[in-house]
Amino acid sequence: MNNRVPILKVDNFWLVTIEETLHDQSVIEFKEDLLHNITRDAGAGLVIDISALEVVDSFVTRVLMEISRLAGLLGLPFVLTGINPAVAITLTEMGLDLQGMATALNLQKGLDMLKGRARGEPK
Amino acid sequence: MTSVQTLPITSEYDIITARQAARELARQIGFNTVDQVRIATAVSELTRNVVLYAGSGKVDIEAVAEEERQGIVITVSDRGPGIADIELALRDGYSTSNGLGAGLSGAKRLMDTFDIESRAGRGTTIRIGKWKHWK
Repeated sequence: MNNRVPILKVDNFWLVTIEETLHDQSVIEFKEDLLHNITRDAGAGLVIDISALEVVDSFVTRVLMEISRLAGLLGLPFVLTGINPAVAITLTEMGLDLQGMATALNLQKGLDMLKGRARGEPK
Repeated sequence: MTSVQTLPITSEYDIITARQAARELARQIGFNTVDQVRIATAVSELTRNVVLYAGSGKVDIEAVAEEERQGIVITVSDRGPGIADIELALRDGYSTSNGLGAGLSGAKRLMDTFDIESRAGRGTTIRIGKWKHWK
């Protein structure tokens, strides 16, 4: 049960869809794989879709924050997509805000956002 | 309706098993989706603490029914090092493991009841509960 999260590059954008519940070690491996990829070849942007995650706890939130911070340092625009309403409510109640992270409803909208930004359009 | 489901917590895999079991029972009791996620998230935080600080422990998941209300009670216990200063551990942003310091305090906020008993060198038992709200 060691599931690696596929990290794809399409049209110079990194696209990640987390398809299933990950145990902690898989989350850390995913982060390392991703950081390895984006530090070698930043590309024009990064979208991570978490719509399949039923539970986003403080551990996963911390990893997402670390990814966001590193993307920021690399100047790589990052959009987190697919936060389901119950997860959003839960995170807010726990006092976890996704600190200035750009978010969008779904992968397509996130990608559109990054493409607009790459063309220099206002948000 | 009193059946207790006891699950061991010995590795990070058990965090997922425990929170899925809690969510499933919450669903059976009739909690709405948001409450199911609140409960599962609280269980995730508390069982991760067990793995992180105590190494192993157990979780008891129980449906409870009183005269006019139904709910869920979850007890997470370990025989780990215990929590030296509970008040401090419950403070937002306080962590001894380089985490966000949102686990304990977050779990407390997500539930209706939260009781913690901890003794240095003896272990920690945390009991959380949630009642199904009136329609």
